[in-house]
Amino acid sequence: MPVQETFYEVMRRHGITRRSFLKFCSLTAAGLGLGPEFAGKLAHALENKPRTPVIWLHGLECTCCTESFIRSGNPLAGDVVLSMISLDYDDTLMAAAGHQAEELLEQTIEKYDGQYILACEGNPPLNEDGMYCIQGGRPYVEKLRHMADHCKAIIAWGSCASWGCVQAARPNPTRATPIHKVILDKPIVKVPGCPPIAEVMTGVITYMIAFDDLPELDRQGRPKMFYSQRLHDKCYRRPHFDAGQFVERFDDEGARRGYCLYKVGCKGPTTYNACSTIEWNGGLSWPVKSGHGCLGCAEDNFWDKGSFYSAVTDFGVLGDVEADADRVGAILAGAAAIGVAAHAAVSVASHLSGSKQGSKENG
Amino acid sequence: MATVMETKHAPENQAAVYVFEAPVRIWHWTHTFSILVCAATGYLIAYPLPSVGGEASQHFLMGNLRLIHFISSYVFAIGFVVRLYWAFVGNRFSRELFLPPIFKAAWWEGLWYELRFYLFLTREQRKTPGHNPMAQIAMWLFNVLLGLVMIGTGFALYGEGLGLGSWADRLFGWVIPFFGGAQNTRMWHLMGMWLLIVFAIIHVYMAIRADIIGRQSSVSTIISGWRTYKDDLP
Ligand code: HEM
Ligand code: HEM
Ligand code: SF4
Ligand code: SF4
Repeated sequence: MPVQETFYEVMRRHGITRRSFLKFCSLTAAGLGLGPEFAGKLAHALENKPRTPVIWLHGLECTCCTESFIRSGNPLAGDVVLSMISLDYDDTLMAAAGHQAEELLEQTIEKYDGQYILACEGNPPLNEDGMYCIQGGRPYVEKLRHMADHCKAIIAWGSCASWGCVQAARPNPTRATPIHKVILDKPIVKVPGCPPIAEVMTGVITYMIAFDDLPELDRQGRPKMFYSQRLHDKCYRRPHFDAGQFVERFDDEGARRGYCLYKVGCKGPTTYNACSTIEWNGGLSWPVKSGHGCLGCAEDNFWDKGSFYSAVTDFGVLGDVEADADRVGAILAGAAAIGVAAHAAVSVASHLSGSKQGSKENG
Repeated sequence: MATVMETKHAPENQAAVYVFEAPVRIWHWTHTFSILVCAATGYLIAYPLPSVGGEASQHFLMGNLRLIHFISSYVFAIGFVVRLYWAFVGNRFSRELFLPPIFKAAWWEGLWYELRFYLFLTREQRKTPGHNPMAQIAMWLFNVLLGLVMIGTGFALYGEGLGLGSWADRLFGWVIPFFGGAQNTRMWHLMGMWLLIVFAIIHVYMAIRADIIGRQSSVSTIISGWRTYKDDLP
């Protein structure tokens, strides 16, 4: 086997200085929530391990994950990681096109069978044999299955690959299906969000290629270092929530004072993501900071729950009928009260006529 | 095991029966109270009160409402466990709540009979020292099954606040993906509140109705434990 290049060599070849490389290592280690000693370990791994190839596929999606990724707040991370991965295959970013590009995939399989990471942006539609997404003349789902067969692990970028996202919204005409329901035999790391935060993306991918391991995952397959808490747990408006100070309308006094956005539908209490800690665009801001509630974009099925502007949402008990728990509940309770009143009336009537007949029911 | 049935005096059909032992009665009223408190505070979590004025540091309204909700949730959950324990050591009526005898034909016949009775299709009311079959199935659905759903969804949500790896997360964390995410879990928890309210309306109506026009005692039974009969007929 030919000696493979290390990541460090690749970066140097791409004109990244050693100083920048070390900076990147310490920033990434900090971003991953690892101790200071890990900066050295990360550098060591990237200097000595042969480069793990990354294949980046695009299914049904809007490319917002890529957009987020290449706008990484820390330009260093963007440059470094891009130089690490753009080598292999990413049909949005790479120079090659057409047959030349598709050939790269086969070459990667030949050279690195079972060793490369498959990063999936978007998902495959399964209806009509997958005809709603054709790439290189064949359904995307076939390409995905083929590449997954030979990969080591999969990263499901964004809510599309992780949960389905808007293209899977009811009634999901193309049957867009998240990766974990199509590929059943490979480890999958879900990085949900629409899009995920750039630092989260670079952090996860760097961890995987540097340590040649999956990050620790939660019950639903998300890396614990970024998805173990709700936005609500770390939100800077939380003191207003606990005090009972809420924005009622977007133009009221509460909104001007920066009160909690729960009553105008903030989904922070039910959304696992790193927005309230890492924030967006290099830590510039995040939705709640700019005065709008969280939409819950990193959660399964967030697009099908009705209004983004109310705390109580639909939950689809009755299939396609939109019904929130309160409407169903209040109707049931009302029906129970009316039923009870009617039953009581009939009981009295029946009882009175019954006693006249001298029934043995007495009381 | 406790005595099967204690009676004050013969003959069979008019003798008072000791149905609800003290722990069952105490449980009934703590259970009722905890549900009322949970429903009131839970509703105010779903629909918070108008904002309080002043600085956030001066108030802890939502925090306190949540605290009361959680305390009364613990009462509800611990009560459930104690009541379950009592089903093992209590009298035979103490097991009726948990084990409707759905494999006995006579029980189904009884259910059908009660249904007709409450639809005014028959006037004859049967005497049942414990719960009649219809009461029993309703008790099971709304108190055992729904009780477990409230505890499961409630502690799963509670575990989110305690954090990943906390005891509540390890025990109940699986509930959240089961319901399809945290938001859905909350909405099922809220739905559960409404179902409990539906049960309470019908249950209280039936209890009072039975007391007024039934052949046997009802509300006094869940207070004193004794089932008394108003006639000597079978
Ligand atoms: C038994 C009757 C109960 C009722 C009627 C009830 C009702 C409610 C309601 C209506 C909500 C608001 C849901 C929403 O966001 O719209 C709620 C929230 C909640 N309940 Fe319960 N609940 C009950 C039992 C429990 C139990 C046993 C627990 C276990 C600890 C629990 C824990 C919670 C938690 C953690 C929340 C979310 C509070 C927050 O994060 O702010 N509940 N409950
Ligand atoms: C949310 C409120 C309530 C709930 C969930 C509830 C639940 C129950 C349960 C589970 C039992 C069965 C006890 C056992 O076998 O262990 C029961 C019995 C009973 N409850 Fe309640 N209860 C509630 C409120 C009330 C109230 C307010 C009253 C009084 C008006 C009442 C009157 C009774 C009576 C009379 C019985 C005995 C039924 C019989 O004779 O078979 N309950 N209740
Ligand atoms: S703004 Fe949203 S995330 Fe922040 S405290 Fe309020 S509900 Fe929670
Ligand atoms: S605040 Fe909510 S909706 Fe906005 S990006 Fe973060 S998780 Fe998505």
